[in-house]
Amino acid sequence: MLKKSNLILVTLGITLFTFLPNCKKGAATATLASDAASRVYVAPGEKDEVYAFLSGGFSGQMSVYGIPSARLFKIIPVFSVFPENGYGFDEETKDMLKTTHGYVPWDDSHHVEASMTDGKQDGRWMFLNANNTPRLARIDLKSFETKEILEIPNTSGNHASPFATENTEYLMAATRFSVPVPQASVPIDSFSKGGFKGTVTMVKVDKNTGRLSVELQVLVPGFNYDLSHCGKKKSHDWCFFSSYNSEQAHKMLEVGASKKDKDFILAFNWVRAKECKDQGKAYNFGGDYVNNFKEENKPAVSTRLSGVKMLNPKDCPGMMYYMPTPKSPHGTDVDSTGEYIVGGGKLASVIPVHSFSKMMEVKDKKEHHSTEIEGIPVLKYESTLAGEVKKPCLGPLHTEFDGQGYAYTSCFVSSEVVKWKLGTWEVVQHLPAYYSVGHLSIVGGSSTEPYGKYLIAMNKITKDRYLPVGMELPQSAQLYDISSGKAELLSDFPTVGEPHYSQMIPAKLIMDKTAKLFPLEENKHPYATKSENDARIVKLGNTTHIYMTAIRSHFKPDIIEARTGETLYFHVTNLEQDYDIPHGFAIGGAPNMTNLLIMPGETRTFKWVAPKPGIYPFYCTDFCSALHQEMQQYIRVSP
Amino acid sequence: MMIGLLSFLTIIACGGEKTEESPASNAGSKGIGPVKSVTLGTLDQAMADRGKKQFEAKCAACHKFEEKVVGPALQDVTLRRTPEWIMNMILNPIEMTQKDPIGQELLGEHLTQMTFQNVKEEEAREILEYFRKMDLK
Repeated sequence: MLKKSNLILVTLGITLFTFLPNCKKGAATATLASDAASRVYVAPGEKDEVYAFLSGGFSGQMSVYGIPSARLFKIIPVFSVFPENGYGFDEETKDMLKTTHGYVPWDDSHHVEASMTDGKQDGRWMFLNANNTPRLARIDLKSFETKEILEIPNTSGNHASPFATENTEYLMAATRFSVPVPQASVPIDSFSKGGFKGTVTMVKVDKNTGRLSVELQVLVPGFNYDLSHCGKKKSHDWCFFSSYNSEQAHKMLEVGASKKDKDFILAFNWVRAKECKDQGKAYNFGGDYVNNFKEENKPAVSTRLSGVKMLNPKDCPGMMYYMPTPKSPHGTDVDSTGEYIVGGGKLASVIPVHSFSKMMEVKDKKEHHSTEIEGIPVLKYESTLAGEVKKPCLGPLHTEFDGQGYAYTSCFVSSEVVKWKLGTWEVVQHLPAYYSVGHLSIVGGSSTEPYGKYLIAMNKITKDRYLPVGMELPQSAQLYDISSGKAELLSDFPTVGEPHYSQMIPAKLIMDKTAKLFPLEENKHPYATKSENDARIVKLGNTTHIYMTAIRSHFKPDIIEARTGETLYFHVTNLEQDYDIPHGFAIGGAPNMTNLLIMPGETRTFKWVAPKPGIYPFYCTDFCSALHQEMQQYIRVSP
Repeated sequence: MMIGLLSFLTIIACGGEKTEESPASNAGSKGIGPVKSVTLGTLDQAMADRGKKQFEAKCAACHKFEEKVVGPALQDVTLRRTPEWIMNMILNPIEMTQKDPIGQELLGEHLTQMTFQNVKEEEAREILEYFRKMDLK
């Protein structure tokens, strides 16, 4: 067996070789000779078949595409401010980005998860993680807006998140960067002495409202917990987390964390964990965190919370097991039947597949244990192994399932997707990816009933694929048709930010349920102005509240007088009750504030401190009618 | 009524293709929309009061009685138009301004698309009653 450091050099070498020929040739692929263009063509006025929700990586947002056309429909702001519509700036949404660290207007969003009922996508919510400042968001698929953000305490680098149980009972979130728990200033080398820990957090999702709450945390050994997927059907009670750096190295990780031949997949019985909590085996533990909730058409309410229930694995036997998995595993994916748990090892030469039934059979038999780590039994590799896909590719990462007995695994190093058969572990097809593919997504691919048909590969590098635009090129997603025996590349398209992971949902599950407007009668915003007759200016000392209405093509009141230093709140209600007629609101030169887009029937508030004397125009920014340009007026600021 | 509203929403959603179907005469036109026939009785004060509330919430931003603002002045509207036409204009303004000759002319004059304000048919009837009351003054 090669040492890991050597293996890295070897794989790097292979990477260069496999890359360059591709890059030189461009992508003159078989696509050109097929009818792929007509299969992604959606005629004017026709609708796409599938919604694709892509995370934005370092953009912190989520974007919505139509498949197969790959047309971009919307960017939904989640963890980053969005000057285009005022998200994170106005009085209604700025509290959405509050954390215990203060206002954090950016994050790194990796994993999109769809809500499920009985293992099937239900089209109600999307969930998204924030890696950098650990948070988890719920996006409502009626309005396509972020409704809730929950900070996760006692963790660092919320990477293995937010993976849902089969019925969206819970979302899982686990630590990427182990740290002292609770936080403390300690010598960094104490990591290698077991001084750092990870946590696995169970976030409860209220089944009617979707509201999020921290149910329980489990204190786990200080490895890096990387990804997760939860079980289905027979494995319903379990979630599986990949981990790396079981060496607990704290410097030069690319060598130090790759010494051992195998790291682990952590099998976590969340039903058992809840049972132990209910039996009083969890203890009160600190940890401050913030929950931000935005009810429809109301200002977000930010609540600071403190303390969680913490559980140690040794106090809850039967809750956790480690399954050794080669080598620095990254992805862990559960097939549609719930039987197979597929590991993806960045440096592994095989794709290991664990059997859930075997795991159940051996998990409590001592002869199948090799050792124990901090109260968590380590099972023998062979004891849970269902099979290995031999020499599939270089750098297998993530696997999705088509529901027809085939699995598709992305291979980062060799830039390809391999299709292989569950049960026989034979590779049946190699599909090139351009280039350095990370996650894959099949429509419904992580549910119990994949809709199959389309697969997208999300790529990190696009050298030579598109017109050059300076040093940084757009990242891309690549669309394959997997409906017939042989998967075919249909198209690729540039994406916003890094398209890290995606969930794709058949359009029919969502399109008829989307909201068209906020009914004015139901507007419960404390500063709503539901009739132009009620538009008014209320002065309270040095603060002025302007109850303003907007309708095609004017604001009321439209003449505003203020004094330098006075604080003005523009509470603007859009009186339209017509689909697709938002109004914009912007004031010339306003610092610390951006545009507002106000949906029909919605109220949003723009805070402005009157600057030096002068005349300041304000106007509608969202083209609303033939007289849109006339939708403008003035604020006079006097000394 | 729901069917009427639904089909009308569908028309908006589809963008409404232009067709040539102008009635022989505009006078007495009932317009295009869910309202085919309205029977007027003596003025119903309570209904007119409810209509006033609706009007102030959803229409007054663009219409006054005595003068043109965004849309036309409404004084004597019940003398100029049939009850059906008025209700259809409230309930179906986009198709009315695209296909109804009077509606087309009004859009040309005022240049702002009248908005559908999510008014239900019985609410449109109440607004009509309020107009009748205003025209009796």
